[in-house]
Amino acid sequence: MDKRSEMHRREQRRYVIGYGGSLLLTLVMFGVAQVFGIETTGVYLTIGLLGLAQLIFQLVYFLHIDRRRSSREDLDLILFSTLVLLIIILGTVWILGNLAVRMHMHAM
Amino acid sequence: MKRAPTHSYPGINLGERHASAHKASEVVTFGFWVFLMSDLVYFGLMFAIYITMIDAQAGGPGPHELFDLKSIFAQTMILLTSSLTVGLAMLALKYNLPRSKIILWFGVTLFLGLSFLVLEIRDFMAMVEKGGIPQRSGFLSVFYGLVPLHGLHVAAGCVWLIVLGIQLRVMGMTDLVISRVVRLALFWHFLDLIWIGIITIVYFGGLTYG
Repeated sequence: MDKRSEMHRREQRRYVIGYGGSLLLTLVMFGVAQVFGIETTGVYLTIGLLGLAQLIFQLVYFLHIDRRRSSREDLDLILFSTLVLLIIILGTVWILGNLAVRMHMHAM
Repeated sequence: MKRAPTHSYPGINLGERHASAHKASEVVTFGFWVFLMSDLVYFGLMFAIYITMIDAQAGGPGPHELFDLKSIFAQTMILLTSSLTVGLAMLALKYNLPRSKIILWFGVTLFLGLSFLVLEIRDFMAMVEKGGIPQRSGFLSVFYGLVPLHGLHVAAGCVWLIVLGIQLRVMGMTDLVISRVVRLALFWHFLDLIWIGIITIVYFGGLTYG
């Protein structure tokens, strides 16, 4: 019984850490936008990286995805889906961006 | 009985306390992950189209006129908090806390989900007032194809919460209901992941490059 409540506390702490971390990343993200203005690629890159960090943080702390052997199967699934996504997104942006330039539209 | 907690299917696990429910939901949960990932590919496609359409404003209102970052910030906080509360509902279930506690976390999550939807719909209405309707430009068409799609997912999640809340009361904590709660929690966490993509790409991306 004691061991169980200790496990409960540990798992609860995991969620709270996940929440705290995500909260911090969100605040920094909006803070950066507020302080530096959302105009330059440099600022946007920072915001993008903060978003990516939060994605990974939530995958680990909320969705319990990690590199433990037993949960590899879904890690494979997620990594494969990410690969498909990257091909779709980068491919679309590349091809249509190139098309826009060749059609003499303003730069994308 | 000194077995280490098993961790045999992806994501949140019920553990040995609910051994039978755990076994029953193993395959279904993996199947649900496959659904989530195909949903992710769909969202990814919409993101890709949005990126290519950022410039296609056809002289209509753009991100700077239409987006309200304060409201977006509030929505982000609400959705993030609801992701925590749905997780706490899951834990309450996993560790056999009284049913009232699970219902309480369900209620809080539902309240947050509905608040999110109210704020989002208010945003859309403000956009429409400024002339930001879907048929105005390619950019706006994609915007309304993507962001409300996420909102629709949240609305479906709210209905799911209500139905499961009723099932918890009527059917009690049976294996079937428990495994459904696990999937709801996965779904809800997933929605928050998509939302992070939306604020980063749609809102901040739109404001930077639109």
